[in-house]
Amino acid sequence: MNSHTISLYAAAIRHAILDHEADIECLDREIGDGDHYINMKRGCEVIASMTDELTALSAADALNKIGMKLLSTIGGASGPLFASFFMSMSKTLKGSETLNTLQMALAFEAGVQAIMQRGKAQAGEKTMLDVLIPVANTFKQMAEQDKSSQEIATALKQVASTGLESTRNMLATKGRASGLGERAIGHLDAGAKSCEVMIHAVCDAVLIS
Amino acid sequence: MKKFLNNVDQMLVESLSGFAAAHSDLVDIQFDPTFVARKQKSDNKVVLISGGGSGHEPLHAGYVGRGMLDAACPGQVFTSPTPDQMLAAAEAVHAGKGVLFIVKNYAGDVMNFEMTTEMLPFEHATVLTSDDCAVVNSTYTTGRRGVAGTVIVEKCVGSLAETGADLASCKALGDKINVRTSSIGAALTSCTVPAAGRPTFDISEDEIEMGVGIHGEPGRRREAMREADAIVGDMVAAIVQDIEAKQLPTHGDILLLVNGLGATPLMELYLIYNTAAKLLTEKGFHITRSLVGNYTTAIDMAGASLTVCLLDNEITQHWDSPVHTAGLRWGC
Repeated sequence: MNSHTISLYAAAIRHAILDHEADIECLDREIGDGDHYINMKRGCEVIASMTDELTALSAADALNKIGMKLLSTIGGASGPLFASFFMSMSKTLKGSETLNTLQMALAFEAGVQAIMQRGKAQAGEKTMLDVLIPVANTFKQMAEQDKSSQEIATALKQVASTGLESTRNMLATKGRASGLGERAIGHLDAGAKSCEVMIHAVCDAVLIS
Repeated sequence: MKKFLNNVDQMLVESLSGFAAAHSDLVDIQFDPTFVARKQKSDNKVVLISGGGSGHEPLHAGYVGRGMLDAACPGQVFTSPTPDQMLAAAEAVHAGKGVLFIVKNYAGDVMNFEMTTEMLPFEHATVLTSDDCAVVNSTYTTGRRGVAGTVIVEKCVGSLAETGADLASCKALGDKINVRTSSIGAALTSCTVPAAGRPTFDISEDEIEMGVGIHGEPGRRREAMREADAIVGDMVAAIVQDIEAKQLPTHGDILLLVNGLGATPLMELYLIYNTAAKLLTEKGFHITRSLVGNYTTAIDMAGASLTVCLLDNEITQHWDSPVHTAGLRWGC
């Protein structure tokens, strides 16, 4: 992977988020406060507008630039969380030119850990982490076993969907839905949904290539 | 959705420009990164900076001015502002004695202010407001939300800062007021986020949302619409219960704030005040200060919140001191 592929994935993510406007917005209206889709869209649009700038950079610098831009553009909880994710990935990859699958998996894991730290959250709290943590674990395991990109992408899509579905019966203990108690049970988490959408988008891009 | 607007993406910029033009004697505005600051820069004092999602006007930009905030950072509607806004605001207004951030307790706001303080080159402290007793505190949740009680914190700490008090004293007063303040809201209708274009939640004509948050987040429970005395009675009971749970006295001098959430007329807010004041007095409280109006709104939600602050001499003195902002003005 290099900064060119990062830009391609960013474009795929933007398409996927725009395509899922109705789903994401509906979930956020049920147990959130209605701004999640708008914030995700704003983040996707600003990264899409940076393609030329990003492809001129190394992968690590491009990821850092994405993080800084998201931090000053998205706001809300998503801004610092996604910013921490990309900035931490960047730190892990500093100095590497083209990246192999295991490096990517380790960087992804570091990014997810940065989200956990920033949000003081773990798995099982009805958040995006219920998608991201299992994806990071599977990604790393399969990369260590030298599985092909195709195999990994197929598996991660499945893991992301299972993770999303797992939020349905969880009590929310972090985020805006955390004030709802039992009322949040039975609803999927909107942040988990947008992460599932993004992971599917990147995996589909890998599968097509 | 039926709103005064041109282009939804330009709404915030147009509204903030109007705010700055209408109050050009008090504030200056800067865009990208966006913040509102006092026209007259302070000298040798702790500066107070707050911020939060837009849609709660006059909170926070409406409280920038003498005796309250030095700067405010408006985010997108219901979305926390970003660290670059806070850093730019701090850079513009700092006056040699440190920066006090006043932050409502929401995950997004807390994280953005936290990242700001990690990058800030000045001495700083943060007062986190969490007056909403609708949400039960727990180590496992984000915790109680900051709502209309934030106005009391900003007013009184703003007053203390004008006296030249140091950062630690300003933070201590803010924390003390937060502990002594309890709020709860009730919604008759949803609000509509302009960019979403439709109501955030569905609620029928004969229902209310008890404990609603200022973003339209659901509260304690959905319940049947009843007469005002019954609804206000439950709100007062929730506040009294909260004061008891905090092991604070349920007697003595209080400030009672009846806050409109955006689409409830003053006529109804005063009716609510009438009932709440009667009930709180019967309970043994002595209402020595009061405020009724739209001070922390939720865009166009019909509904109201009650806030009770247990006063002492220090808080009363700082509440009474002169203030000159777009949203609050007395004594000067």
